[in-house]
This record gives sequence, structure tokens and C-alpha cells, in this order.
Amino acid sequence: MEKKVIINEERCKSCGLCVSVCPKHVLRISEKLNSNGYHPAELFDNDNCISCGFCYLICPDAAIEEVRRLEPVRK
Amino acid sequence: MKIIYKKPEPITKTHTTYCPGCPHGIAHRLVAELLEEMNLTKKAVIVWPVGCSVFGYYFIGTDAVEAAHGRACAMATGIKRVHPESFVISYQGDGDLASIGIAETVHAAARGERISVVYINNGNYGMTGGQMAPTTLLGQRTTTTPYGRDAKLNGFPLHVPEMLAAIDGPAYIARAALDSPQHIIQAKKFLKKAFTAQTKDLGFSLVEMISACPTNWKLSPVEAMERIRREVLPVFPIGEFKVAKGVE
Ligand SMILES: Cc1ncc(C[n+]2csc(CCOP(=O)(O)OP(=O)(O)O)c2C)c(N)n1
Ligand code: SF4
Ligand code: SF4
Repeated sequence: MEKKVIINEERCKSCGLCVSVCPKHVLRISEKLNSNGYHPAELFDNDNCISCGFCYLICPDAAIEEVRRLEPVRK
Repeated sequence: MKIIYKKPEPITKTHTTYCPGCPHGIAHRLVAELLEEMNLTKKAVIVWPVGCSVFGYYFIGTDAVEAAHGRACAMATGIKRVHPESFVISYQGDGDLASIGIAETVHAAARGERISVVYINNGNYGMTGGQMAPTTLLGQRTTTTPYGRDAKLNGFPLHVPEMLAAIDGPAYIARAALDSPQHIIQAKKFLKKAFTAQTKDLGFSLVEMISACPTNWKLSPVEAMERIRREVLPVFPIGEFKVAKGVE
């Protein structure tokens, strides 16, 4: 499935605010390193993300570039 | 997939110079979102202050000027009067607006200048290393109040919105907080009303945003947001202090 939260890893400063406000605990600080030396946040459990956008709202660096929601399937 | 949120267009590709977790960036995004939604980006002139947000013009892509310390409201006055068709924002910290620039701020408000002020209260002088600001809480330790702010020696925290709401010029005065998603949504609603006060030519508008300075507070970004709720909001309550007819 397509990612519901699009994170620009280069903009992330590893502040952890998105991780702290996520009600479903589907974000974490990754082991990766970006070119500024920060460990960017990652969405590790896409299925359980409810697309609330709390991470987008609190991110001070506009590193959460998009939050998307699955469209309901119409029969 | 339906897009719920998208980084607003006026936010530039340049990474900010703010410390990790600094809410200045949240305030920037709110300004950018509203400029985009209200179709004001092309008309906007942002007056940037002296303080950590001194490089703001690299982070929000509008026309901009850089004011001398504290003089942003005076500069914004001149720009708005010469170019009344422009949309003028003055973005200022608490050291900038409430200390060295308090005279410019109060008189711009008293004259009812058609400008919108974004006022970031992080309780200290961030850029210069965390000295006491007029907004520092009683008992708060800063580099210039190492034993905590003492009312007898250092005076009391200054409540700018309450003060400005007592004069006639302002059309919209409010205080919001940037500590949680819920408060950030509310902050955007308040800021929209402040912008509307200018687009409808109703008068001066200001929104104080309770912010954090994790670096100088010596707290992690998450702890700094918790401190806002625990210690700052009881002294600086969220609310609308003046709402002129027509602002909604
Ligand atoms: C006329 C003048 N006096 C003093 C300074 C030094 N100075 C630079 S930034 C600053 C305080 C900024 O604090 P604030 O407005 O709270 O913004 P913050 O950095 O916390 O965002 C001061 C006193 C200056 N640049 N110019
Ligand atoms: S809030 Fe933004 S900058 Fe902070 S860790 Fe999350 S994505 Fe990175
Ligand atoms: S010193 Fe404080 S106000 Fe300045 S960028 Fe760092 S956290 Fe933000």
C-alpha cells in the first residue's frame, strides 16, 4: 500500500515531536542518517496509521510533506 | 489516496536555521498555509525581526524586509501606508516586540495600523543565549536570572494581548499556543481572523503564540512542549481578547 505519511528525510531534525503526538504509535526515529547528521523519523506501521495528520501539524520543519487517506472503495 | 495535508507552497526548499523542535517553524508553516489559502502570497510583505527568526525571508518565499531590533511594527506601518494594496505581516519575538520594540508596537496598535502581527513568546531571548525577556515567568531561571526571576528585582511577566486589548485601535487580539496539534489547529483559526482584520481593513491585529525554546530551556523538544502546558499556559492563558465586528 502507498505510504500515508510522506517524510522528507533531508528536512527532518530528529526532534521527536511527531513521534510524541502520534496516537497510534506508528512513527519512530530511524537508524538512518541524513546529510545533516540527523536520524530522520520514519513511518514503520503504515497499516495502523489513521491519517490524522497530527505529525504534520506539529512538525516544525515541514518535513512531513504530505498526509494521505485511503479513499473508501465504492461498489 | 486523498491528500489531507500538504506542505504549503510558500515554504521554501531552504532548511531553517532553527534548533530541532523549535516552534518558530510551526508558526512559519501556519503563516504560509494561510497566505496560500487566502490567496495573499503575491501581495504579502513580511517584516522580519532581529532574533532567531532573523533569516525568515529564506524560509517563507514572499516579499520581505528586515527591521532593526524592535522596529518591525514601525516599518510595517510605513510599508502598509505607502502600499495599501499589500498584505503586511510583522513577525516578532518577545524580546523584540515586548522589550526593545514595545513603544513601536503599542503605538501601531493605538493608531489602528492595518497590519497583522505574529508575536512569538518563548519566554527568553533565544538568539543571544537565553537571557530574561519581559515574558519570563516568575521563578524561571535564565542566564540573567540565574536564581529565578524575582518580582522584586526583575518585575513581572508582561501580558501583551491583555494590554493591547485595552486600547481602541486593534480589531483583533488573541493568544494561542503551539504545544500540541489541537492548539495548533486553534492557533491557525485565530491567525486567520487576524489576517481577515487586515483584508477587511478593520484595524490592527496581533496573535501571540506561546512557543518554546528547548535549547535555552535546556529541555528536550517534547519536554519543552510539556512545560508550556504545565507552567506557561496557567500564566498566559489562551483566548481572544478583542474581536471587532466583521472579523469572523
Ligand atoms: C539594537 C540591538 N540591541 C540588541 C541586539 C542583540 N539581540 C539580538 S537578538 C536579541 C533578542 C531576541 O529575542 P527574541 O525577540 O525573544 O527572539 P528569539 O531569538 O527568542 O526568537 C537581542 C537582544 C541587537 N541585535 N540589536
Ligand atoms: S516532527 Fe518533523 S523534524 Fe521532528 S522528528 Fe518528526 S519529521 Fe523530523
Ligand atoms: S535558540 Fe530557542 S528560539 Fe532560537 S532557534 Fe533555538 S530553540 Fe528556537
